[in-house]
Amino acid sequence: MKLSDVITALEAELLVTGVSLEIDVPCAFGSDLISDILMCTKESTLLLTGITNHQIIRLSDMIDLTAIVFVRGKKPSEDIIKMAQDREMPLLTTKFTMYQSSGILYNLGLRSCKI
Amino acid sequence: MSEYTYINPKFEKEINEFSKKTLVPELTLNYDIKVRDFVNTGNASADIKLTLKRLGVSSPVLRRVAISSYEAEINITAHSKGGNIICNVYPEFVHIQFKDKGPGLKDIEQAMIPGWSTADDAVREMGFGAGLGLPNIKKNSDYLHIVSAENSPTLVEILIFYIEK
Repeated sequence: MKLSDVITALEAELLVTGVSLEIDVPCAFGSDLISDILMCTKESTLLLTGITNHQIIRLSDMIDLTAIVFVRGKKPSEDIIKMAQDREMPLLTTKFTMYQSSGILYNLGLRSCKI
Repeated sequence: MSEYTYINPKFEKEINEFSKKTLVPELTLNYDIKVRDFVNTGNASADIKLTLKRLGVSSPVLRRVAISSYEAEINITAHSKGGNIICNVYPEFVHIQFKDKGPGLKDIEQAMIPGWSTADDAVREMGFGAGLGLPNIKKNSDYLHIVSAENSPTLVEILIFYIEK
């Protein structure tokens, strides 16, 4: 699955500019707990989350995230979007809940990351 | 005062040797960690990871260093009166010390139990305080040593080898 497929499926809005939508999305993980995210992502992973603070972007300095999807219409503040822009980290926001988003992507064949 | 030590059995010999000798690090990095600075916390761990990456440390090991260091850095930010991180880089491993100014851990064994946390609501709302910090550090380090007591500073130190056994 490509990032563009994720955007279409989740009817998502892309919050950063200049990132490739053709990048491959091999797997996904969803959580609102930083420690869980750290522990469970061992490969390049699409992250679904409701956390919108600075530390969710900081996570991408520690682990390999393909992109971050904010669920249930959440949108981080401008300075946080800039942090992602500086890192060329794709940020998406979708109106769907964590459960709906996960189900949509899972049904399209996007596998869970290996934990 | 209480103390907790974990040693990865695969590195027991090397870790025992390390504690006996006074080695001179190839490089030392120092960082101040401010109280409740949730905007900038994580910078030190990101810098340590980047430094080791430039030195050619492999990705799986970089990930373990970054996770351990980040969890410990967050602990200083969320739970202490501030502190500092000293990272010593050696040819075969990295040694990182996380020192804070208290208030200290009443019971280290309890803090090692996954799910146990004293984090307040503000910290939990940011996605922290799941009680997985210290267990996560242990899981990703070859050596973990904690020294603390109530109303005292806490020292957390870790060792991670560049070659995985």
